[in-house]
Amino acid sequence: MKTELLKVRDVARSFYGVHALNGAGFDVRAGSITGLIGPNGAGKTTMFNCISGVIPPESGRIEFDGTDITGWSPDAISRRGLVRTFQIARGFPKLTVLETLLLHGDDQPGERLGIALLRPGRAREREQELTDRAHDIARRLKLDHVIGNLSADLSGGQKKLLEIGRALMGRPKLVLLDEPVAGVNPSLGRDIADRIRELAGPDLSFLVVEHDMEIVAQLCDRVIVMAAGRHLTEGTFDEIMQDRTVQDAYLGRTA
Amino acid sequence: MLSYLLATLTFAGIYGMLALGLNVIWGMTGMINLGLAGYFAVGAYASALLTTAAGLPILVGAAIGIAAAAVTGALTARLTLKLRGDYLAIVTLGFGELIRLIAANEIWLTNGSDGIPGIPGPFRSSLSPLEFNALFAAITVFAVAFCWALTERLRRSPYGRALRAIREDETAAAVAGKKVGAMKVQAFALGAALLGLAGVLYAHFTSYIAPDVFRPLLTIYIFLSLTAGGTGNPTGAVLGAVIVVVILEGSRFAEAILPAMSGAGAAALREITIGVLLIVIMRLRPEGLLAERPPKPLGATR
Repeated sequence: MKTELLKVRDVARSFYGVHALNGAGFDVRAGSITGLIGPNGAGKTTMFNCISGVIPPESGRIEFDGTDITGWSPDAISRRGLVRTFQIARGFPKLTVLETLLLHGDDQPGERLGIALLRPGRAREREQELTDRAHDIARRLKLDHVIGNLSADLSGGQKKLLEIGRALMGRPKLVLLDEPVAGVNPSLGRDIADRIRELAGPDLSFLVVEHDMEIVAQLCDRVIVMAAGRHLTEGTFDEIMQDRTVQDAYLGRTA
Repeated sequence: MLSYLLATLTFAGIYGMLALGLNVIWGMTGMINLGLAGYFAVGAYASALLTTAAGLPILVGAAIGIAAAAVTGALTARLTLKLRGDYLAIVTLGFGELIRLIAANEIWLTNGSDGIPGIPGPFRSSLSPLEFNALFAAITVFAVAFCWALTERLRRSPYGRALRAIREDETAAAVAGKKVGAMKVQAFALGAALLGLAGVLYAHFTSYIAPDVFRPLLTIYIFLSLTAGGTGNPTGAVLGAVIVVVILEGSRFAEAILPAMSGAGAAALREITIGVLLIVIMRLRPEGLLAERPPKPLGATR
């Protein structure tokens, strides 16, 4: 099982002359939890933005599940099965937890204006299926007791879990997690990591940006290291920790 | 007096319709539209011109008036797709003024500031003024009830949920798989259609329109109505509009009650009353009298 689910090749993106990404590339294998680490400014978040379509890359090629998705819009990429979360839980404060989950459900005919206005009955059956799935996901993430609350009223940790939950609603093949445990206490952080491990499987892979090395060690099968907008090295967690170039990159020394 | 009350009811309905339209565009989708008066004018002028100069039946004029406002709305939304917040507000404010200035200056088409007189009303010639006012009030109330039901249905639908998500965070809504651009254009067009319908009602009720009717002050009254009633909630939109019209009209009687007031003083009193009322409501109920509540889920919970 070594098929590549995501192939990133020579992706470049600059902001006002500063090269955030400078020809970065790597692969994510199907069925894996892959870590993406690197010092601040390495380009991890920009890479997430390029892969998810939020910021299009200037050059390079991104291939997901056999399709070239370079330059696609974020909604098209999400519908294709590649969903991201945001580092600072960017929720919809005035939507409830259930609504937030339902919003991320795929293939809801009631999201077409004509059907919403003229044939609301046609949305109901799908809404029921999505509601069942939302309750199921909420239970797995232990959010079922707050499912009727507004997203704005959740605790920091619950918001992080909701980020993961909404990514799961669209039945993705690959979820990009942007710092899933940042800002939550260590024991809840380990909890969230356990939850992610349980969810991962042959049909659901994760690419995780995370600064907490304990969590990376606990979570990731494979770790990719980025520095200065490029791919530096990759391997198992233990391998990269031994790597001299990685230590140099984190300490700011140029290799 | 009854005739006056019926006319006031009609105006309240027209304001309510405008508030419902703004509620779709701003309340539900978060696009600030300070050019309301422009779409109102497009509906009014289109229907007025078609039924006077072109001599078409009122229903045809009305349908084309609504469609013209919707198309104008879709076009505005398409052109301003990347603008957010205050920038969209500036552009739409300019658009509203643009329409008013065209109406005032393209005399060959709109008769300029003299306006268009003699716009036909349904059965106006065969009814007494009182009967006509009663009929028109009934038509307006029915139209508002219909549009209220329509937008309330929209709010409860998965589509409305997606609109609210766009209002809160466009990028996150796109990542949720929503076609943000298309939905914004559709919502703007639908809202503008309601604004156009309000214009149609106004033109055929008063029988006379002129550019002065479509000043930006009208837009402010409608924002006020929606904010006071409850942004995002169609019921609140209609309630807020009724309150604003009651104050606007009620201040006419202030002169009788307060003899010390001069005419100009009484006119100023209405602005003061509305201003104070808004401050009080915002202080006590920042989300409006009827705050938006998440609709009941369509799917049954287990």
